[in-house]
Amino acid sequence: MTLQQPTSSLAPPPPSPPAPLLSVHNLTVEFRTRSGVVKALEAVDFAINPGQTVGIVGESGSGKSVTAFTLMGVLDRAGKVTAGRALLQTDAIAVDLLKEPESSLRQIRGKEVSMIFQNPRTALNPIRKVGKQITDVLRCHTEIPQAELRQKALELLASVRIPDPEKRYDAYPYELSGGLCQRIMIALALACSPKLLIADEPTTGLDVTTQATVMNLIKDLADQRQMATVLITHDLALASEYCDRIVVMHAGHVVESAPTHTLFTHPRHPYTAKLIAATPEPHKTFADLTPIPGNLPDLKSTNLPPCRFSGRCDRFETGVCDQVPLARESLGDGHQVACWKPL
Amino acid sequence: MTHLTQPLPITQTPLLQVRDLCKTFPVSKQAHLHAVDHVSFDIQPGESLGLVGESGCGKSTLIRLITRLLDVTSGEIRFDDTILSTIAVRQFPQSAYRAKIQLVFQDPTDSLNPRFTAYDTITEPIRRLSNLKDKAQLQGRAAELADLVGLPQELLSRFPHQLSGGQKARVGIARAIALNPRLLVLDEPTSALDVSVQAVILHLLADLKARLGMSYLFVSHDLNVVRLLCDRILVMYLGKIVEAGPVEEVFNRPRHPYTEALISAIPSFEAKPHPISLSGEPRSPINPSPSVCRLYGRCPKGEDRCEQEMPTLQSVGPEHWAACHASTAPTAVS
Repeated sequence: MTLQQPTSSLAPPPPSPPAPLLSVHNLTVEFRTRSGVVKALEAVDFAINPGQTVGIVGESGSGKSVTAFTLMGVLDRAGKVTAGRALLQTDAIAVDLLKEPESSLRQIRGKEVSMIFQNPRTALNPIRKVGKQITDVLRCHTEIPQAELRQKALELLASVRIPDPEKRYDAYPYELSGGLCQRIMIALALACSPKLLIADEPTTGLDVTTQATVMNLIKDLADQRQMATVLITHDLALASEYCDRIVVMHAGHVVESAPTHTLFTHPRHPYTAKLIAATPEPHKTFADLTPIPGNLPDLKSTNLPPCRFSGRCDRFETGVCDQVPLARESLGDGHQVACWKPL
Repeated sequence: MTHLTQPLPITQTPLLQVRDLCKTFPVSKQAHLHAVDHVSFDIQPGESLGLVGESGCGKSTLIRLITRLLDVTSGEIRFDDTILSTIAVRQFPQSAYRAKIQLVFQDPTDSLNPRFTAYDTITEPIRRLSNLKDKAQLQGRAAELADLVGLPQELLSRFPHQLSGGQKARVGIARAIALNPRLLVLDEPTSALDVSVQAVILHLLADLKARLGMSYLFVSHDLNVVRLLCDRILVMYLGKIVEAGPVEEVFNRPRHPYTEALISAIPSFEAKPHPISLSGEPRSPINPSPSVCRLYGRCPKGEDRCEQEMPTLQSVGPEHWAACHASTAPTAVS
């Protein structure tokens, strides 16, 4: 996130970090619907370095998945990117994902950037054997000769710790458990060793034990391959275990982003603090569990407040919090907050 | 092989007694899937019992048996000294007990009729199962229920698509408590909700329990939620109860390796050691061997004995039971 309007002279110049693998600037997305224009994303900024794991967390409707779909170029036709850049820089290419034509995106998707979808059962082709689905990706993006495709697919199945790959190669998705299907999705996504993996709620709907196995698998593979990961989740505790940095979204805005430890020990945005307080945890009692009042604002509204959290915030102050544009302040140490009155 | 018939000491007359309950589904001429296998437990009046386990372990089958939506294969369900398991599923809606055992479903959207307003949904069980037919009385009761669950009364005329997730969850709860049930079965009531809304609904459920004195059977895979809301917990694995005990006791001193794995896999803000993950996939529930522990093969503590003799629930502490050879061996108890 960059500084749009520094409110004070406190903002130090950022230390020169390694060139980010992906940097998203001022991403704004709208959906044209019959009942009005939905301002799904506004001025979204974040960056991810090679090999880093960044978590994007927020409630449903906060724009997490829209961000992922926009980056992958698979946004619904009603959605329009009205502003912004998403620069992807790898050894092989340097492109703006939002400007690339579909034909070139097809070369990038699966090879440089790939995605794991939320529900593996619906994301996999139900009438094609899982082994074939993996060889399809390999045939599309690599030069591996026909005769070796099967062997390579079996290696991939083994690399995601699927027991008995020879047997599973010929299985259809319905024959496999949810955890196994998700591992097939991971094998598909990693088939061409992408530099960036976008995992959209990869473990929602899986049991805690399976969740731990799948997350550990993603982490191990990412570490082995020096692959950067964007983990999209509504589960703050899960994000805190696996991510280096966390980006908190609310109603299409990035409200706070910080290194994981800083975010959980010193949240500065009231929304982040409330999300942490609302998450059940082993040491918390019932009284500690505080709900967040109110709902997300209607993103179709023509007079959305500059701070979209203001309707739910107990720190709201007229004349301060309704200034335009919203304060986006850098607190140093990679900690950014979009709030006029941070904690 | 003997099965424990009374896993917990009886302090008062239990509201619900489940004894040696089994449900098998035929998959072919010879093969049967053992979904619920010799399960016994009690629920005391006013108690919250948590039921946890991974998908496919038989949680949903068990609650469908208890709510009498599914016929039992063998065993007994006793509610207030009346045996319910012999009443056929088709006859159950006519029995007086239908109103006493009610269910809150997992998905607040899918479990509401899209063409019913909130008022229709909430008054449906009252119209069908009670003598309250007068319109003014129905409206009064609906308003009272809306107040109880914190649903603004002006929302009663709305359809599900006009309500938020949290509001729909409140409608589902109002419907379930409309007839003053004695036992409320909650099937993952918050898993489809955001944390912000989940916290509100959990407070509501705790508040309702205190005010109406119902018993809860709370099914969830979120162990942090179970811990907050429940007095006791049952851990199920492949159709069998592997551990039972007071919530704090089970969380702090789990005695079954599966419970340990479940607890260590809960994500948490605090840095903690790598989770113990169970290797491999669960055993097949189709014609399982009666002499092999169901966790054998995935269990880090597996030994030869686990393959020869199915462990049964044994006392491992005050009101705490576990079915594992390793945790109930004499050395482990001392």
